[in-house]
Amino acid sequence: MSHYAALLLAIPLLAAFAMPLFGLIGRRVRNTWAIIAMLATVAAALILVWEVLTQGTIVYAFGAVDQALTIPFDSGGVPIRILFVIDAMSAFMILTAAIMMSAATLYSISSESEQTGQDGYYALLFLLMAGIFGMVSTGDLFNFFVFLEINSLAGAALAAYRIKGGVAVEGGLKYAFISTVAGLFFLIAVGMLYGQYNSLNIAYIASVIDFTGLSLVAVVLMIVSLAMKSGSVPMHFWTPDTYSSAPSSITSLLIVSSMASLYAIFRIAFSLFGLTMNVVTVGWVIIILGILSMFIGVSMALPQKDVKRLMAYHSVSQIGYMLVGLGVGLAVLGDSQMMSQFGVVAMEGGIFHIINYALYKGLLFLIAGAVIYRCGTANLNDLGGLGHSMKWTMGFFIIAALAIAGIPPFNGFASKLMIYESVFIFNPFIAVIAMVVSIMTLASFVKVFHSIFMGPKLPQYEAVKEVPMPMLIGMGLLAVLIILFGLFPDLVVKTLVEPAALALIDRSGYIASVMGGI
Amino acid sequence: MQMSSIVKTTADVLFPFILIYGLYIILHGHLTPGGGFQGGAILASGVLLLLLAYRYSESTNIVRQVMMKTLESTGLLLFIIAALSAMVLGAGFFFNWLSPLGSIFGDSVAYGSTVANLNTGGLIPIMNIAVGIEVVGAISVILLALLSGIQEKI
Amino acid sequence: MIEEIPYLAVVLIAGIGIATILLKKNLIKMIMGLAIIEGAANLFLVTLGYREGGIAPIFTNNPGGEMVLPTVQAMTLTNIVIGFATSALLLAFAIMIYRRYGSVETKNIRRLRE
Repeated sequence: MSHYAALLLAIPLLAAFAMPLFGLIGRRVRNTWAIIAMLATVAAALILVWEVLTQGTIVYAFGAVDQALTIPFDSGGVPIRILFVIDAMSAFMILTAAIMMSAATLYSISSESEQTGQDGYYALLFLLMAGIFGMVSTGDLFNFFVFLEINSLAGAALAAYRIKGGVAVEGGLKYAFISTVAGLFFLIAVGMLYGQYNSLNIAYIASVIDFTGLSLVAVVLMIVSLAMKSGSVPMHFWTPDTYSSAPSSITSLLIVSSMASLYAIFRIAFSLFGLTMNVVTVGWVIIILGILSMFIGVSMALPQKDVKRLMAYHSVSQIGYMLVGLGVGLAVLGDSQMMSQFGVVAMEGGIFHIINYALYKGLLFLIAGAVIYRCGTANLNDLGGLGHSMKWTMGFFIIAALAIAGIPPFNGFASKLMIYESVFIFNPFIAVIAMVVSIMTLASFVKVFHSIFMGPKLPQYEAVKEVPMPMLIGMGLLAVLIILFGLFPDLVVKTLVEPAALALIDRSGYIASVMGGI
Repeated sequence: MQMSSIVKTTADVLFPFILIYGLYIILHGHLTPGGGFQGGAILASGVLLLLLAYRYSESTNIVRQVMMKTLESTGLLLFIIAALSAMVLGAGFFFNWLSPLGSIFGDSVAYGSTVANLNTGGLIPIMNIAVGIEVVGAISVILLALLSGIQEKI
Repeated sequence: MIEEIPYLAVVLIAGIGIATILLKKNLIKMIMGLAIIEGAANLFLVTLGYREGGIAPIFTNNPGGEMVLPTVQAMTLTNIVIGFATSALLLAFAIMIYRRYGSVETKNIRRLRE
């Protein structure tokens, strides 16, 4: 039995806790430690993902002699320990988080090299990652709440880390407020479920659930709070403020943490409640949230002047695609004919879009960070002519911008096509809106490209050079993956995405992985 | 503003008692109500008493931020290493391998209504001590950071 | 009826907390509103675990009879610790904002929008 599930959590925590002590020795030692710990975490994550894909769901019981023993003999058939349940969907999220973590850490090594307080920066970065890994792999509701809070506290502190005359603190404050309120609502919902079913384990609750009025309140509270945390429309006002004021490498990780909240919405909707609730209504609520997010996000993005603010509004719009794809899957969950006709494809599109979105959006924010690193401003009206001096950055920007606009052969096209095709059968109107949003996205990024990179070389940016090597490696890693995912979408869908979608649909399989060992 | 010498002397006298009480709460965390966080918070309240009784610049000579940060990291490292040590032995993460061994904190708990024995609990008291060290460091860092915002008017 | 009073109190306290966050313009008061919601969550959890006439859940020294639920108490303690960390972080942000802007009124904290 492997320990990689626990190591996935233990290594980032160990790295974070030791970071201030290594920082006392010297900066070179600390940077080396950060890179070693990052590599170790990514290695554990990759091995874990490989194990899940080859051997099926992995269950890890904390504090037990035999970590595969989910239900102790003297517990009366109830799982009492904290369990990690890592199925194909969790593995998919772990892979996404690990890729983004490696890129962001490498990027930080040079983008933060002239800043103060780096010990705390790296410690919080590893805590943030531990929170994300915990959120996507835990099988326990209260444990999820704890990781949610670790993630949001570390994220808020990092978002406000470079004070920037108080502006960044504003962004961090908004993030901290919204995530704490979301966390408390989630906790109250967990309490409601515990009061009815006397357990915190998702699989156990799913096996005994009897959908009462109180469960309805709980599911509404959970979906509302997690939608708040993931930045979809009614509660999207924090995303532009926080994403634009945080350091760029952190923004690319905050995106992953919003993806983890999104994952939790679907884990709760599919695995915890499943068909016991009215999936058509909940599915439609999620679809409508998705459509509103798509449209409002992109239309707010068009007039923005600050490049990071513009990208932040686009991230609201892109979250809409995932909500629509998975919401369609949820709405037809009860109908096996419609499910096989287009529901599975819609879910695969939504899930595939999660990793694609994380890759190109992370790359876009890293590029914005590179531009700010060299030029010191993010205002589109002041920038221009950087294509002459920052050739690599410009190349990466072209790749990411075409990917977000859904132009073949980049990865955004692959997942968006799956969403268009399947949603068109479900309701043509939604697919048309999604395509219009995609065109508006392209228009917006053409504007950004033109004002940052095109035009004659400006006199005030005469001395601007290409960014240092570690930043280029971080960005290049993401760019290469975007191209690979765009060139071989079938392979990725077959190996990673399809098992994830099937794992979400297969509620009884999730329950059996925990409760089967009686 | 300078506190009067009555306040300073009372703080000096009370400080060791607060330390003893906090350590008691930490060490008996597995037997009586309390534990690492609660005891650590009591210890940190002793630090707060010193910070309030003396001027900020004076008290930071005794309670240094670097020292407190080191305490915080040490406590957290002790905790995670205690959790990882089970993995070295082949059991799961956080497995309480010290409990039945009979050595330090290793006695098994007597069944029935007996007076509790301090030498039980396995890894739990060790983790309580680790959390106590961490909490006193962390709360002191927070207090120092928050109190550094006070403008002194003499 | 008497058993339901704590739950009514939970709803009332949570309502007061949300109203504080939404209506007050002072950052410190908004943070206090957050702490009030947290109190409501803690009260809710502890009430869930309470059993009339229950004893402390310690197994080896058990004289028989009903016990109160230990899990919710552990959850409450965890939430208190998390709430402590959250309040500390938010108050640190408030101090930062006061130093930079000279005010903690939300109407003055709008530099990001400009």
